[in-house]
Amino acid sequence: MSTGVLLSAKDLSVRFGGVLAVNKVSFDVHRGEVFTLIGPNGAGKTTVFNLISRIYTPTSGSLDYDGTPLLAHAPHEIAQLGIARTFQNIELFEHATVLQNLLIGRYVHRETGFWSQLFFTRATRDAEIRARHQAEEVIDLLELQKHRDSLVAGLPYGVRKVVELARALCTEPKLLLLDEPSSGLNVEETGDMAFWIRDIRDELGVTVLMVEHDMSLVSKVSDRVLAMNQGEVLALGTPAEVQSHPGVVEAYLGSAGDVESLRRKAA
Amino acid sequence: MQLLQIIISGIAQGCIYGLIALGFVLIYKATETVNFAQGELMMLGAFCGLGLMTLLGFPFWLAVLSAIAAMALFGIALERVVIRPILGQPAFSIVMLTIGIGYVTRGLITMIPTIGTETHTLPVPYKDHAWSVGALVLNVEQMVVIAATALLSALLYAMFRFTKLGIAMQASSQNQLAAYYMGIPVRRLNGLVWGLAAAVAAVAGLLLAPITFVHGNMGFIGLKAFPAAVVGGFGSLPGAIVGGIVIGLVEALSGFYLPEGFKDVAAYVVVLIMLVVRPNGLFGEKLRKKV
Amino acid sequence: MRFIFKTDYAQDIRLAKHGGHVFWYSALVLLMLAAPWIVSEYWLAQVTFILIYAVVGLGLMLLSGFTGQFSLGHAAFLGVGAYTQAALTGAGVPFPVALAAAAGVSALVGVIVGLPALRLKGIYLGIATLAFGFIVEEVFARWESVTGGNAGKHVKDPSLFGWTVESGEPFYYLCLVITVLATLGILNLLRSPTGRAFVAIRDSEISAQSMGIHLARFKTLSFAISAALAGIGGALYAHKLKFISPDQFGVLQSIDLILMIVIGGLGSVHGAFLGAIFLITMPQVIALAKDHLPDAIALAPGLQGVVYGSVLIAFVLFEPLGLYGRWLKLRTWFQLFPFYRRGMFRRQKSFQKSERLK
Repeated sequence: MSTGVLLSAKDLSVRFGGVLAVNKVSFDVHRGEVFTLIGPNGAGKTTVFNLISRIYTPTSGSLDYDGTPLLAHAPHEIAQLGIARTFQNIELFEHATVLQNLLIGRYVHRETGFWSQLFFTRATRDAEIRARHQAEEVIDLLELQKHRDSLVAGLPYGVRKVVELARALCTEPKLLLLDEPSSGLNVEETGDMAFWIRDIRDELGVTVLMVEHDMSLVSKVSDRVLAMNQGEVLALGTPAEVQSHPGVVEAYLGSAGDVESLRRKAA
Repeated sequence: MQLLQIIISGIAQGCIYGLIALGFVLIYKATETVNFAQGELMMLGAFCGLGLMTLLGFPFWLAVLSAIAAMALFGIALERVVIRPILGQPAFSIVMLTIGIGYVTRGLITMIPTIGTETHTLPVPYKDHAWSVGALVLNVEQMVVIAATALLSALLYAMFRFTKLGIAMQASSQNQLAAYYMGIPVRRLNGLVWGLAAAVAAVAGLLLAPITFVHGNMGFIGLKAFPAAVVGGFGSLPGAIVGGIVIGLVEALSGFYLPEGFKDVAAYVVVLIMLVVRPNGLFGEKLRKKV
Repeated sequence: MRFIFKTDYAQDIRLAKHGGHVFWYSALVLLMLAAPWIVSEYWLAQVTFILIYAVVGLGLMLLSGFTGQFSLGHAAFLGVGAYTQAALTGAGVPFPVALAAAAGVSALVGVIVGLPALRLKGIYLGIATLAFGFIVEEVFARWESVTGGNAGKHVKDPSLFGWTVESGEPFYYLCLVITVLATLGILNLLRSPTGRAFVAIRDSEISAQSMGIHLARFKTLSFAISAALAGIGGALYAHKLKFISPDQFGVLQSIDLILMIVIGGLGSVHGAFLGAIFLITMPQVIALAKDHLPDAIALAPGLQGVVYGSVLIAFVLFEPLGLYGRWLKLRTWFQLFPFYRRGMFRRQKSFQKSERLK
């Protein structure tokens, strides 16, 4: 595999009962790019994410990440490999503070074992302070200072989305999976999200794979776009190329002429 | 022949477990609450019947129907006063609440001077009767239990499957807010469900009373009904009865064939095996969160 | 009003977050050390029981309150610890070794009981643990060569480094030391990655997995630690009572333990202690109140059940955060006086959603 490709999916298929949710999907994600999946609901985009997170296992096909076959790993080993994700319906730790959520994100970088933690040795204390430093850097990047000690359960939706992003960043990933980062956000918050995704790519050097419906956000930040429909690949290319692809337009984006066919013809 | 006797008595005992489990499952299906006080409701039903028959001198059938009706009203009242305020809280809280209700009920009954602490017999017309079928001696009490259980299960199954009421109950258990939006009177339904479950418990109590006598600690049998509900699949009404019968049979057979002590834990061993092999029970559905 | 100015990370990590904490907890330690001179022998015994139940409560709090695993058969671990200790000290094994063994055997049983937890959640797990509880209780009754069966078993006094720790004062100090060590251990775990992993599992298993937390390992660990603590508590319980029998470790004891942590305040270390205080002092309070009640009520055997049940119902309905929650509200009232607003701790109205899909 060439060193430019971080994630490589080949002929991925997954079947749930009688439904073929993902059908022979293949794509490559290059290091350092922002790669977006678009498509109507039910196209299989989040299912692909769940395959990468190893929540589901594909019925056929292969997934290679950074030279290793991903399918050989269990779901809890994914974070260690450097893959982090956010969820479509926020899955935060509701009864913990924002800071504790972020510190849980630092779990993969823990330095001490059970007994050292039980006695809270110097090593554990120092590791805690280092973890705190790292978490604070992410808090600074995403401007979460005033929510640091708030319980997640009471926070507004927009802030929770940012906390999910922050928690994923705390794992110091190589590949970040963002599932609909702008859903439920207003224009200003979406603008902030666009800046952050660009910063994540440019300053932190993280490869971003995202699912998105907001086309302006897609055009603003994406390097390449993959359009899916009914579990299959429809088109792959730059944002402009994919958005003007006739198949994509028909299945997903729609055009001004769409309603014409419904107009009653003159007798 | 003795084996057949044991099997029948196992089925009869299992029907009791099944009826109590039926009450659990009713409440679980409608409100996703687990009612740890179901055994105590059964005990109350038995005492109610006892009181009506001995203290007030009601004839048998009148006492039975009145006891069931009274328990139904009690169930509705219980839901209104104690359960309704906390619907929406995590399941653990509601379970603790029902445990508390069980404690209070048991305590209050044992506090009644003299009656509460003694063991009583329920004067049923078919007490100690037996039918002879060939070489087989059938205990009428057990036959009544089996017949009543079959009838009740059929009625309830039909209600949930074919009536709007049943579908509304299932809807409000899965998503209360959406059920409200659809115009389902969720709170009234919950009250009805608890009333129904209490009535079923009363039936179980009245059926059990001739076999084990009426006393304040009767409700502990309810703990064996949990394995029954799990074996059948929490959320399945026929499953509750089937689960109960399975447990009853295993208990009766292990009491006969296995060394002492196994009979008491038979139910729990069965449920553990079931949870390992088929966690969703015999008739349960497999549900999974979609992220 | 107190404003805590945070100046460095170490301050946030420390157990005592500000001067007030240091002062009050030091005062508490001094009070506990001086207790034998302050209270009567009878009340010292009650305090010893509070300490013992608090240790067990810490374990159950870790398992149910912090890791979110239902455990309805916890008295089984208490019993395993008690019987292991009784058997070993009866055979002449010195106290520290026997205690370690009691903790170890309990932890092992905890791991076994925890195996269903790896696949089950919520009420199913509760019923599995309930089933285990009954089975273990029956084992205690049947395994007569080790446990003495239903007739019970006598327990010798603990012997530590040569001399015998008698019941009463010396035993109280032994329990105090063990309780303090257990509490510090749990507090340390909760402020490190392991404790946070437990909380993550409680709140969202899928998320925890995606953060790299091995669910099976941590659930098993949580069961092991909580069983070990219950085992230690059980060992001390055996020495204190000097006589144990299987019916002390049945379902009623298990429910008492859960009652304790729910009334104390689920999800807080303080809750274990407050719950233990409640559990031990409630019978005393009822006994004192009996003198003022009419005979019909006072002498009835069901009174304790009614009181326990009513208190539990009252807490679940009106104070779900438990005694610790009530204390927090009280303290906030004093701290913010006169600016405390009625709705500060109000829960958002929530609608019931199916937990089968969690």
